[in-house]
Amino acid sequence: MTVQVSLFARARDLSGVATLAVELPEGGTVGELRTALLRKCPDLHDLLPRCAIAVNEEFAADSIRVPEFAALALIPPVSGGAC
Amino acid sequence: MFRLTHEPIDYFALTESVRQGNCGAVVTFLGTVRDLTGEQVTVALDYEAYAPMAEKKMAEIEADTRKRWPVGNISMIHRLGHLEVGDISVAVAVNCPHRAQAFEACRHAIDRLKELVPIWKKENWSDGRTEWVHPSGEHHK
Repeated sequence: MTVQVSLFARARDLSGVATLAVELPEGGTVGELRTALLRKCPDLHDLLPRCAIAVNEEFAADSIRVPEFAALALIPPVSGGAC
Repeated sequence: MFRLTHEPIDYFALTESVRQGNCGAVVTFLGTVRDLTGEQVTVALDYEAYAPMAEKKMAEIEADTRKRWPVGNISMIHRLGHLEVGDISVAVAVNCPHRAQAFEACRHAIDRLKELVPIWKKENWSDGRTEWVHPSGEHHK
């Protein structure tokens, strides 16, 4: 299945796009999504391990299966709020 | 109450929105854009959010804060877009029966906001460089 992953902040700068389409097998996991993202965009190599993945706006562990039409996002370390 | 905005934050209105006769203590926190980070001088900050998830997380933080302290009203606003030094980036206003609770509840809400909410800032340094801020530390929530 083809899934769309929204990219933010430095991840978007590194990939050059706001959304990345990647191929995942049916029942593929978040961990496999990380691998697919890296294959699609090797420039994410340093940042990706520091990022969380959100599935339907919830942080998702690597073992979670990615549902076919889920909203997916790569969440680099956050820096909102005050200092 | 929680929201994202691209407008300057009216902290007077925010404070007034939580102040009520059923509680004796109001605490309002303002996070502002400061000029120095170590040796580097900030000229401006750009904030962006993954908005649907940011709002979800802010709702969770409100619920969590209400579970821990007797909160009457709580209001959180985070500003997005281009901010100059001195601008208010985030505000949290809380009212509770007593001041110890109000200070603690407000502190908790802003601390959790900083950890959990998918919002990012980009530094605009005085030497012309820009840089997204992605702190190192624990990232799996």
